[in-house]
Amino acid sequence: MTTEQHIDELPNLSGSSQRADKAFRWVSIGAGLIVLVILGLITYTMASRTGPVFRHMGFRFFTERRWAPPKEIYGALALMWGTLFTAIIALFIAVPISIGIALFVTQVAPAWLRKPMVYVMDLLAVIPSVVFGMWGVLVLARHIKGLYKWLHTTFDSWPILGSIFGKPQTRSFLTAGIILSIMVIPIITSLAREVFETTPQSEKEAALALGATRWEMIRGAVFPHSKGGLVGAVMLGLGRAMGETIAVALTIGSALGQLTFNVLAPGNSMPSLITAEWGEADALKKSALIAVAVTLFVITIIINVIATSVVQRSIKRSRGAV
Amino acid sequence: MSQLQEHLMSAESTGNEPDISPAVEAVSSRPVFSLKNLEVHYGAFRAVGDVSLDIREKEITAFIGPSGCGKSTVLRCLNRMNDVIPSARVGGEVLYHGVNLYGEGISPTEVRRRIGMVFQKPNPFPKSIYDNVAFGPRVNGVKSKAKLDDIVEKALRGAALWDEVNTRLKASGLGLSGGQQQRLCIARAIAVEPEVILMDEPCSALDPIATARVEDLMLEMKSRYTIVIVTHNMQQAARVSDRTAFFTTEVNPESDRRTGRLVEFDATQKMFSMPSDERTEAYVTGRFG
Repeated sequence: MTTEQHIDELPNLSGSSQRADKAFRWVSIGAGLIVLVILGLITYTMASRTGPVFRHMGFRFFTERRWAPPKEIYGALALMWGTLFTAIIALFIAVPISIGIALFVTQVAPAWLRKPMVYVMDLLAVIPSVVFGMWGVLVLARHIKGLYKWLHTTFDSWPILGSIFGKPQTRSFLTAGIILSIMVIPIITSLAREVFETTPQSEKEAALALGATRWEMIRGAVFPHSKGGLVGAVMLGLGRAMGETIAVALTIGSALGQLTFNVLAPGNSMPSLITAEWGEADALKKSALIAVAVTLFVITIIINVIATSVVQRSIKRSRGAV
Repeated sequence: MSQLQEHLMSAESTGNEPDISPAVEAVSSRPVFSLKNLEVHYGAFRAVGDVSLDIREKEITAFIGPSGCGKSTVLRCLNRMNDVIPSARVGGEVLYHGVNLYGEGISPTEVRRRIGMVFQKPNPFPKSIYDNVAFGPRVNGVKSKAKLDDIVEKALRGAALWDEVNTRLKASGLGLSGGQQQRLCIARAIAVEPEVILMDEPCSALDPIATARVEDLMLEMKSRYTIVIVTHNMQQAARVSDRTAFFTTEVNPESDRRTGRLVEFDATQKMFSMPSDERTEAYVTGRFG
């Protein structure tokens, strides 16, 4: 039994499926590259068209409150504020409700109720945004008038709440925020639900075995386990809320130059302004609107990068690496 | 709480020393649990039935038997952990110092504060070592930092982990080795000062060295706690336990379903040397299961 005897019958280990494997590799690399190419091209073509407005306004584009096309003043500050403000209002309403629903579905609801609830929530997510917008104008704005008046008169003399609930208008930041919150609730709920479901049964039992009540178990085992995922879910909701166009355009009141903490005041957001003004825009205004879009894009990217790093850090920490 | 303290105090004042040798004749200690015709159904399926046995104070009682014999199910009845499984129904009685745990008005959380549990897979929370141990006391309303520090140190010492972790209490519990994690879970369980500790195959995920450390720890803890352990490892049962219960599965010829049953319950020494039931003998000598 010497090795020489076997030398010409060495096992063939090169395999026969190599070609298919190679093809698969190139196809998947190609698919991955296409995403980057598209992203790069969009950024480039958009950014290159913002030249006129930046030559005209300079950096003042970001610090100027006014948006006055007749005077050729184009400032995005109030629009950026309007976008952020409505999105924050939306999250303020949507996050507690979403987490509540997700906790109910995953931890409290009896098994027979879970499926129908999930189904209804998912259904809410596929309603076209224009429907939400119309509903906001036709139904919500009309019925909420009384509540807005009450908020304004009740809190008028209070120190901080007085300026938050200022002079009321039915189409306002808050109306848009409420509509947005209804739109992001299904997204945050379904992500939060998935995150909560990943809590290992063993950790939940560990908490219960120490005499924890259901709520203490949720706080001790479910939340720490879900921190990173929840931040991700909220950020996705934020991205959705900031990018929403038509529902906001219909409900926010389209008032320009509003830089206020008054949630009951009308305002405008970046995407809704773009849809409203694109049609009758000259070259400089078009360039300004494109610059608004690019700004929105960059803000969303920045928020996503921050969110990703928060998520990564909290995952690492819980795994014991930090 | 006061009732528990009473129990603990009366147990101390009787002054019966923990037997190091397997307690064949130690019928002297009183039963902590008396199971009477315990049976558990999962939905329509009868998982285990007709279990009657006494678990005595400050002894280690081992449940052994093949997979599916219901030993873990019975263990989980002792602190109402089966409540977590929605389809589980428990029949018969589980008397804890004479009180039926499945009786009216019994709060499962109150039961679990007195009867702690350690699980098969080490399952520390994704929190710091300190916060893992402090979780139970915090749930029980301990707020003072000094008191918590004290409890955490005591529990970690009790679980023979203090010397290994005292410099990094703020580090995540998940950064520890498997054996350390399991001892952390034991520390977490004893931090609420339970009377009983249930262990569901606590060493099955550990290597032999870590297993030996946990076994040493169990023998040490016996002077303070009543311990019930489920194990697949017969040598482990023989090494650590005072009494052993052997469970097996019986197949119902009509439905072809398996139901767990208690075969024999006796002093460990007798169970492993001259069991009265031939099924026990077949199992402990390795001819079955």
